[in-house]
Amino acid sequence: MALLEIKNLGISFGGLRAVDNFSITIEKGQLYGLIGPNGAGKTTMFNLLTGVYKPSAGTILLDGDNITGKKTKDINNAGIARTFQNIRLFKELTVLDNVKTGLHNRYSYSTLTGILRLPKYYKVEKEMDEKAIELLKVFDLDKEKDLLASNLPYGKQRKLEIARALATGPKLLLLDEPAAGMNPNETTELMDTIRFVRDNFEMTILLIEHDMKLVSGICEKLTVLNFGQVLIQGNTADVLNDPEVIKAYLGE
Amino acid sequence: MMSFISYFINGLSLGSVYAIIALGYTMVYGIAKMLNFAHGDVIMIGGYMVFTVVSTMGLGPVAGVLLAVILCTVLGVVIEGVAYRPLRMASPLAVLITAIGVSYLLQNIALLVFGSNPKSFTSVVTIPALKLANGKLTISGETIVTIISCVVIMICLTTFIKKTKAGQAMLAVSEDKGAAQLMGINVDGTIALTFAIGSALAAVAGALLCSAYPTLTPYTGSMPGIKAFVAAVFGGIGSIPGALIGGLLLGIIENLSKAYISSQLSDAIVFGVLIVVLLVKPTGILGKKISEKV
Amino acid sequence: MEKSNKTNFHLSKTLKSNLITYGIVIAAFLIVQLLINAGQVSSLMKGLLVPLCIYTILAVSLNLTVGILGELSLGHAAFMCVGAFSSSLFSISMLEAIPNSGFRFFLAILIGAAAAAVAGIIIGIPVLRLRGDYLAIVTLAFGEIIKNVVNVIFIGKDSNGLHFSMKNAMALNMEKDGKMILNGAQGITGTPKDSTFFIGVLLILVTLFIVLNLIHSRSGRAIMSVRDNRIAAESIGINITKYKLMAFTISASLAGVAGVLYSHNLSSLTATQKNFGYNQSIMILVFVVLGGIGNIRGSIIAAITLTLLPELLRGLNTYRMLIYALILIFMMIFNWSPKLIDLRKRFFHKNKAEREKV
Repeated sequence: MALLEIKNLGISFGGLRAVDNFSITIEKGQLYGLIGPNGAGKTTMFNLLTGVYKPSAGTILLDGDNITGKKTKDINNAGIARTFQNIRLFKELTVLDNVKTGLHNRYSYSTLTGILRLPKYYKVEKEMDEKAIELLKVFDLDKEKDLLASNLPYGKQRKLEIARALATGPKLLLLDEPAAGMNPNETTELMDTIRFVRDNFEMTILLIEHDMKLVSGICEKLTVLNFGQVLIQGNTADVLNDPEVIKAYLGE
Repeated sequence: MMSFISYFINGLSLGSVYAIIALGYTMVYGIAKMLNFAHGDVIMIGGYMVFTVVSTMGLGPVAGVLLAVILCTVLGVVIEGVAYRPLRMASPLAVLITAIGVSYLLQNIALLVFGSNPKSFTSVVTIPALKLANGKLTISGETIVTIISCVVIMICLTTFIKKTKAGQAMLAVSEDKGAAQLMGINVDGTIALTFAIGSALAAVAGALLCSAYPTLTPYTGSMPGIKAFVAAVFGGIGSIPGALIGGLLLGIIENLSKAYISSQLSDAIVFGVLIVVLLVKPTGILGKKISEKV
Repeated sequence: MEKSNKTNFHLSKTLKSNLITYGIVIAAFLIVQLLINAGQVSSLMKGLLVPLCIYTILAVSLNLTVGILGELSLGHAAFMCVGAFSSSLFSISMLEAIPNSGFRFFLAILIGAAAAAVAGIIIGIPVLRLRGDYLAIVTLAFGEIIKNVVNVIFIGKDSNGLHFSMKNAMALNMEKDGKMILNGAQGITGTPKDSTFFIGVLLILVTLFIVLNLIHSRSGRAIMSVRDNRIAAESIGINITKYKLMAFTISASLAGVAGVLYSHNLSSLTATQKNFGYNQSIMILVFVVLGGIGNIRGSIIAAITLTLLPELLRGLNTYRMLIYALILIFMMIFNWSPKLIDLRKRFFHKNKAEREKV
């Protein structure tokens, strides 16, 4: 069974079909790319997948469960985590606390336990610290754990966002332009990290990206969106050599 | 029946004042995306200016209103330039707190200059009351002038925005500041103009309000100001016809509940209406839906 | 091994900061006690001690809503009002049933906190759906409604039990032995004066304990994540409504405790624009802003300083509100104006560079 199965998904804003008749199937463990020109509806797709927008047509199945039209937090609990095109960190929290907030639903004690500082508070907080630091190490952020998130350099902010998403223990990770604003060295490093996450966390990853080096370097399959519709789907090499795709990107 | 009509007309008159004040809120909110908490206090300053000119200097009411309009316009532009302009990029919380600060500042300046004793305001309206239905129904001159002023202001403002370049610039800035700037519109100038118009209207509202309710204290403006904001929200913030509808409805609701339910609870009822409106239709009667980009 | 050491260091850092905060309160209490014993405190100052505690609790609790949750509430005084009236009603009706004033006051505090918490939930559920300016104005509206409604409630007690009306005292239809408890706009008279400076300080410590421990816990992180980025918080599965309501309710409940202290410090209690109106709410907001939004220790210091200062400098009293207003405006422009931020950065970096040279 496929991990993610989207059938005929659609949404319109004031008569404009932003995404229309979108279908995709992603197998467990795949590294899948979603590409297309600006305004093609890629981020809208992510917003539909994570419940920020409610689709007007179609169904989304995650691991066989129908999650269409569910609330954002419930979709996260069902197993989808994401990053954002314009980074959305908890700026006034430390790097460590950003990740610990991501662990919120996996480690639990009551508010009263927290206020009264019962033994369970210390036990669970310690477990959370250990888990969070383990995640931060993957992204080479453990030395900055006590910095405020807003004080991190840009590239590390992007990484922290991925770490926070992973902390929720998702089945599917959505990355919205993870390499945006990075220099070529940082991008290469990011590619390694994404591969590492996929292999070590047995993660399925769907990413939006404009950087063709990253896309061709790590994505196994691609879907190209144009004007809210699927232009072509298939193996990365085939898709990138398709004349239709070249036309959509470069124009006539 | 006659008493109902009388309450209704008084409500219409109070509502007209709310509508004029609400215009200031709604235009500023539409364009600068901020709640100008100090708007109500500009009304109070306008009231004191009219009082000073008419009662202390002994000039006519027309001169009083005119000078108040000039003073408040300048005041509005200064407030915007000094307190709000540096905060254009700041969080809404910071801007609102600043506006509260400005409101307190104006109140306390008035307190220092004029003292806390209420001043009895001489009405700026000189036309006599209208007696209808064999004297059973009296409509005061203030009521007539207030309602007429409100109608005239609405027509002028709507024409100004539709027909003039500056009015169109206002619309453009309220839609998208960045794009308006790229189109060569002077954004800062347009925002200052909006504050100028809103404050000039506040001066007119101050004169009308104090003529109808002739006690003037440094806190005269704050409650009508808050209620007018309620009216603006009620009608749909950013919408000029919305301010008119919201203001009139609020004035009528307030006066009728004062008359038929409880004078002590009338404010509670007005605020209750606001809460219900915001919960049922958060954007007000004529408001546009605003969604956040993700 | 090294890892766990670091974790402990992190915990102890916040613990240290919290201990300093508690220490300031306890030190202030001890100093005042010493001065009182030495006969150095005027009766005017003694009268200010309980209000100081009240304002401190109000400021700390409002900071939970404004600084930690990130929503501007302009109705905080209304929760104080609910706490004050509910607890006064309780204390007066239980005057004979519970003769032990300490135990009665303890129960009164719980009742005030609970009543304000209920008000917080009732108001919070609709209000917290709104954002920014709308939320601020609606909390203001609710505050005014509570204050107005309290002014038209009449409660009396006679041999038949309690009587309730929203019209006037006559409508209670009481027997001859009937006694008014809450007399509309005339309020409540005869609340036992149970508030003391010691209890006030104790309640400040309890407030701090609750707020500081909440902030540094799982729920606290969730609340702050909603403040910092609502959409991101949702995307990692945080139940936004739950945590917003939690912070708002705890904040309201603590304001209710301040209200209990307030009403049990006065022989007659009325709801006016001055004590429970939005002016009071804004006053509390001034403390929070001046002490630093989100800075709990700052709130305490600001509340104490701003309450004492005008009393110490009597001459300034006329200008007090004027100065507060200017402080508000100045603080905001100082913190947010792009030009000033640039200036500060340059100054800071210059200093840092100089220090590094040395």
